[in-house]
Amino acid sequence: MYRRLFWAIAFSAAAALAHAENVPADNTLSNALKEINNLKLRTEQLEKQVREQNTAAPAPLVSSGRAYMNAGFDVLVNGGWSTTPDVATIQSGDHDPSQRGFSLRNAELSLDGAVDPFFKAFANLVFKMSPDEETELELEEAYAQSTALPGNLQLRAGRYFTEFGRQNNQHPHAWAFVDQPLVMNRLFGSDGLRQNGLRLSWLAPTPWYTEVLCGVYNGQGGDAFSFRNPGDADTNGITRLYGHATTPRDLRGVGDLLYVPRLTSSFDLTDEQTLVLGASAAFGPNDTGPDARTQIYGVDGYWKWKPANAGAGWPFVALQTELFYRDFQAAADSGANLPEEQLRDWGCYAQALWGFTRGWVAGLRGDYVTGNAGASANGNAQRGEAERISPNVTYYFSEFAKLRLQYNYTHYSESTDEQAVWTQLEFMIGAHAAHKF
Amino acid sequence: MKNLKLFLIAGLAGTAMTADAKLNVVATTADFGALAQAVGGDFVNVTVLAKPTEDPHFVDAKPSYIVKLNRADVLIEGGAELESGWLPPLLDGTRNTKLAFGQPGRVRAAEGLALLEVPTELDRSKGDLHAMGNPHYMTDPENARHVAKHIAEGFSAVDPAHTAAFEQNLQGWLKQLDAKEAVWQKQLTPFAGTRVAAVHNSWPYFARRFGLKMDLFLEPKPGIPPSPAQLVTVIEAMKRDVTKVIVVEPYQNRRTAEAVAAATGARIVDFAQYPGGLKGTDGDYLALLDKLVSSLAATLSAK
Repeated sequence: MYRRLFWAIAFSAAAALAHAENVPADNTLSNALKEINNLKLRTEQLEKQVREQNTAAPAPLVSSGRAYMNAGFDVLVNGGWSTTPDVATIQSGDHDPSQRGFSLRNAELSLDGAVDPFFKAFANLVFKMSPDEETELELEEAYAQSTALPGNLQLRAGRYFTEFGRQNNQHPHAWAFVDQPLVMNRLFGSDGLRQNGLRLSWLAPTPWYTEVLCGVYNGQGGDAFSFRNPGDADTNGITRLYGHATTPRDLRGVGDLLYVPRLTSSFDLTDEQTLVLGASAAFGPNDTGPDARTQIYGVDGYWKWKPANAGAGWPFVALQTELFYRDFQAAADSGANLPEEQLRDWGCYAQALWGFTRGWVAGLRGDYVTGNAGASANGNAQRGEAERISPNVTYYFSEFAKLRLQYNYTHYSESTDEQAVWTQLEFMIGAHAAHKF
Repeated sequence: MKNLKLFLIAGLAGTAMTADAKLNVVATTADFGALAQAVGGDFVNVTVLAKPTEDPHFVDAKPSYIVKLNRADVLIEGGAELESGWLPPLLDGTRNTKLAFGQPGRVRAAEGLALLEVPTELDRSKGDLHAMGNPHYMTDPENARHVAKHIAEGFSAVDPAHTAAFEQNLQGWLKQLDAKEAVWQKQLTPFAGTRVAAVHNSWPYFARRFGLKMDLFLEPKPGIPPSPAQLVTVIEAMKRDVTKVIVVEPYQNRRTAEAVAAATGARIVDFAQYPGGLKGTDGDYLALLDKLVSSLAATLSAK
């Protein structure tokens, strides 16, 4: 490149000199010098351009579009104190603070990229430290999503948080609070409704956004808490859920699978206000008997205001609420002297976020969950009424780090009220997973 | 038989109608939208996603945008990571194979442009860097020329029937731009080498084209809000240099800029990268640059 440039310049200079010989003598030298000077300037300019073009040497992995895979590592560190030393009884979410002092319940390696022209793939590997300093590794999500299906369809297959409601398929770093809502703990267990399976989604041809989804899953294990989940073993080694003995069993037919349909729509109320509404359900068998089944229904709403001249995403106001109802049909358990019964639970949470000035967000969440009285005293203790109020404030250092301070006051009908103060630091390196609305 | 004929005629009419139908064009930002309208003329419907007044780095990935992308024939994106925080999740839900990479309907405006400030190493302690270089390249008319050509190529590939019209519109617009640019150069030549302060490093291309020095920023590092220490440094530098102007964009913190202006005797000039970001510039790239150049020249020449 440089050699060619040099010859070009040399040639032009020679040509300029040769040309100069033909003009009157007194101007020859000064003209030639001027010409050479011009060429020198031009060369410098070109060299600079070449340098600018050659400096691009981006690191692999982190830059989107220049690597086959994006990789990011996101860590949530919690620190704080609660009135009860048994933190697990008040913070039963898997990514909630797990003990007084410090806890690290979510260090997440997230990977994504295009598989081929037909699929994109996503994976989340989560490291969680238990209070006794053991590190658990979990394949939280690993799924492929179609990119080229006709008819506005999209297929997703693998393991992932099912699209039930709004918060269930958000990762903890995208939550607006340190912990997950009480009602979700009760209905979906400690780590959300997360299953192996597939779902088909259809984007309806309505003028506004409408998506219809239907998922089919195994509905098995602790991550399908209200379904084919054997629960915990009692002192005699019998597994029980809400007091009723359970018998783990394999699938007998398609009727034993877990079905999760969802309908969601969104409307731009004005240029600055957006509303998202959704309704979800989950139907499947549970392990208390051969014909025992569970139904869960949910509705969710999200509204956000952000002015037309928002800078870095601020200011904003966002409201979010979800309401859940569960009908758990428990089969009779003659051993424990429990009749066949319908365990009905419902609950909701509502949260408001106010991004009042750049970097700062104030939040307030109210939580409620309750259940009807059942025949099992143990079950009733787990299904009592609870209310929680949680104010918090979050500061975002950048898109990649934030610090949160949260206070929880919880009232339990079955035990004493509890309070807790938690802080949470998030930091992220590598590719930044873009947030869905 | 008669029914079949009618059916065929109706079918043909239908096909003819689709051939006449306008291209649905979605542009991520209003600068591309303005060029798309200029080039596409009567044969396109242009929708812009980001509002011209909002921070283009932080646009909400609203579900309504998925619907717009789902029905688009052409997507015009910057292609230099400006939209990396919000376009990928939208495209994940779009299910529109016309917008897949490599399709003529996917126009990446930055393709083939030599971007400035390509980082030699990626390190977020330096702030929010863009791996491909500074993405605010449309403030240089020369880059806009290239992008307009890209757009015309994209339109012609998707809708070959109107190639001639797109070409004609393109040439007409380029001619207007040539004429305008000569005027802009003339307006700003007296201020060659003059320093102008800004909140964010959005103007290196504009500065290079018009011989200005726009290398002093209220942000200590890209994307990091102004700190008191940084403002002190900026104020000292502005006083030393007798910097007379701070440019502020619609989504930037005007009060901070006003405080700096008050401390230095400088004036604030409203700038915007996107047509519609300033009054009277809606959908018109030339009007926007007109306004930028004239207001800057007027303030620089004021005593």
